[in-house]
Amino acid sequence: MASNTVNTDALEARYGLTHRKDRWWAEPLITGSGLFLFVIYSTISAMLLGGGSAEAPILAYESGPYLSPFFEPLIHPGWLPIWLSPALFILWAPLGFRTTCYYYRKTYYRSYFLSPPGCAIREPASSYSGESTFPLIIQNLHRWFMYVALIFVPILFYGAIRSFWLDGEFGIGIGSIILTLNAGFLTMYLVGCHSLRHWVAGGLNQFSKSRYRRIRYWLWELFTIANEKHRRWAWISLIWVGLSDLYVRLVANGAITDFNTWPNF
Amino acid sequence: MPSANITIWRGDDDGQYEKYEVEYQDGMVVLDVIHQLQATQAGDLAVRWNCKAGKCGSCSAEINGQPKLQCMTRMTEFEEGEEIKVAPLKAFPLIKDLVTDVTYNYDKAKTIPFVDLVQPEENDVRRMAQIDIERVQEFHKCIECYMCQDVCHVIRDHPENQDNFAGPRFFVQLASVAMHPLDQNAKADTVSHGFGLEYCNITKCCTEVCPEGIKITDNAIIPMKERRADELYDPLRALGRFINNLKK
Repeated sequence: MASNTVNTDALEARYGLTHRKDRWWAEPLITGSGLFLFVIYSTISAMLLGGGSAEAPILAYESGPYLSPFFEPLIHPGWLPIWLSPALFILWAPLGFRTTCYYYRKTYYRSYFLSPPGCAIREPASSYSGESTFPLIIQNLHRWFMYVALIFVPILFYGAIRSFWLDGEFGIGIGSIILTLNAGFLTMYLVGCHSLRHWVAGGLNQFSKSRYRRIRYWLWELFTIANEKHRRWAWISLIWVGLSDLYVRLVANGAITDFNTWPNF
Repeated sequence: MPSANITIWRGDDDGQYEKYEVEYQDGMVVLDVIHQLQATQAGDLAVRWNCKAGKCGSCSAEINGQPKLQCMTRMTEFEEGEEIKVAPLKAFPLIKDLVTDVTYNYDKAKTIPFVDLVQPEENDVRRMAQIDIERVQEFHKCIECYMCQDVCHVIRDHPENQDNFAGPRFFVQLASVAMHPLDQNAKADTVSHGFGLEYCNITKCCTEVCPEGIKITDNAIIPMKERRADELYDPLRALGRFINNLKK
């Protein structure tokens, strides 16, 4: 006879944690480790400001026309103590956008919260309320951070364009290319955002009868293509922004030489 | 002929796994082997099946721990001699062997509103543009195998939430109503109601197991969450509503 209720513990005793034989643990392990490494790197990088004095600081995050994307746009008011990082004015935005991103949510729910660690793998938590209560209900602020990201991407492009100009002279360097690619990759990540895809036209039931229907439907289709590769762009943009910061720092510290067309840089 | 080492759950809640060695032929699927087993060694083995073509959704089971259709799982997927463990869907009450009681899903289906179509035009027809109906057509591919319900951890690991949570299959059904170009249901009955959308944490297992390749999370659940965000969490829309109220 069928039982009327599902007794989870009894089921687990019967079936075990999982009968999966594949390497289901590999993806949460790799992605979780990747995110962990990035968080450690970006936190350390945001705090490493360089040396020098208050009057003549040597900035570790800026070199010639290059500014680390962690600090773009550079907000450094006079009242800011020298030990406090200008990155604090910037990093909350990408941090909030990525933390509330649907793709990253999947990643860290699986890797860190084990909720669940993999498909058809038992979740260790005894109770679950999902995103219905505090604190996870704040994931709904993704729309807010999406608006902020729409402001930040043009700023990054401005920084990328600025990287082609040194003391009023146009040129090109490896750093210019890296920073331009960084803005491009972040754009691809942004246009694949589920929230942006919804915002442009996803909320419509009748594309054909909406105002500006051609442009909105075209954008929705375009963003859907990027959305299908959202995971890829999330990782490419994340890794690249870290590499961009690292490159600028290495150039600023003199550890490597930037190949460029400027004679004096 | 090669032989398969099949381990199957036998009996009801007090049952146990039993091992069988079953001969099979090239081209067979797991359901064929189960039928072979029924015919030769275990005549009382209970298994639900119907079309054997991956379109009825009846033969869902957990094969080596993963929800799959038995009729769409080829024996060539396994190494020769490999143990193949076939279990019933774990999220639902067990009846016998591989057959579970999926009444939970039928009860949830009754709670989702039907499409409430607008009145026909003068010549008694309703017209829809293809670009408007395309999104919903993807959802109509669902064969109701309930593997997405089975693999969803909200249902599977936390049965205490079942009263408040419709599950991925019914979020797809809800999306097919809420996004229908001619639907006139009140938002309060679809998007705002939610049917437990906020319990979903987007871990995408439902999408991974869907035999019809429906992008359940990306095209149904997240867009429905976003529609709720329009109403509850969007600062610009809130500002727009505030200004409109002032004008009134």
